Amino acid sequence: MAGRERSLIVRWTPKAWPEGLRASVPIALPVAAVGMSFGLLAAPLLGALPSVVMSAVVWSGTAQFAALSSLSSGGGTALAAGTGLLANTRFLPMGFAIAPSMKGGPLRRLLTGALLADASFVIGHRGGGRFDIRAIAWAAPLQYLPWIGGTVVGVVGASAIGDPARWGLDVLFPVFYLSLLLPDLFPERFHGPSSRGARPQNLRPIIVAVLAAAITLALTPIAPPGVPVLVAAAAALIGLRAPRQSVTQVSAGDEA
Amino acid sequence: MRTWLLILILAAGTVLMKTLGPVLAGGRQPPAVLTRVIALVAPALISALIVAGTFTHGQQLTIDARAAGVGIAAVALWFRVPPVLAMLLAVIVCALLRFAT
Repeated sequence: MAGRERSLIVRWTPKAWPEGLRASVPIALPVAAVGMSFGLLAAPLLGALPSVVMSAVVWSGTAQFAALSSLSSGGGTALAAGTGLLANTRFLPMGFAIAPSMKGGPLRRLLTGALLADASFVIGHRGGGRFDIRAIAWAAPLQYLPWIGGTVVGVVGASAIGDPARWGLDVLFPVFYLSLLLPDLFPERFHGPSSRGARPQNLRPIIVAVLAAAITLALTPIAPPGVPVLVAAAAALIGLRAPRQSVTQVSAGDEA
Repeated sequence: MRTWLLILILAAGTVLMKTLGPVLAGGRQPPAVLTRVIALVAPALISALIVAGTFTHGQQLTIDARAAGVGIAAVALWFRVPPVLAMLLAVIVCALLRFAT
């Protein structure tokens, strides 16, 4: 299990809380801050009630901000919808990645899949293609509620507080993701060689991560929002090539 | 009316994209080739999200206070500083740089 002892907060929160809920505590505040930014920007354009409803039913900052910027630059409804959905296309590869780890019938999988969010995907990731679906589901409440709450505050009272984008809390997202990615890329450094038995360092995830980073940087100036991250997911296609013997052991031997 | 339509399309489309994989491919172990690819989707996507959150602003590439904050936090994480402290460090560095400039 990659990263059971992930963060101080996980230790500070009540033991009775499910792991996914505890793991999501550090991002509740930045989620609320970004939600406020959204409410602030959306209210003049969409109206107060639609802005809050949008956060409640779309629940995706990437799509909402993309649609908003399309509207504010004069785009119509169709263009704004297209831009927003394009920005969210990364959920397709994410959904297919968590699918093999899921249990239960189609309805249960549908409902659990609908709870997916960027940070939940990162929180539930256990390495080697395995995901803790319970952790993904429990990571949702502390993102969903602050997102709506933040939007409400932004819509109602942001003029008094100012744009929370200035506080710089958005810097927390990449750091949070990095804190969960690094132990996955360098298990020996972060968990020690004893945690899963001695095994060779798997270079592939590192190569893929670097390649994905390069793709994202290269495409950002020329592609619409969301597309760079989607194309970066294609770096995983390196896995189509059969690895050398030692690497196979690692990707296949995680359940052991 | 058009606003509500936009909200409806975004909500339905997002749920569709999130649930397509779980509904179509859920609970089954895919062939070994696909398992290898799926194992690499997470490092690829997480890395892309980190880069997008650090160096991009809309369609612009930027190196600003945010990048400095993430950079210092990355070094801290590498030396096994607890994630919460690294996050705090990033916010402080970011805020100080923004005040200074």
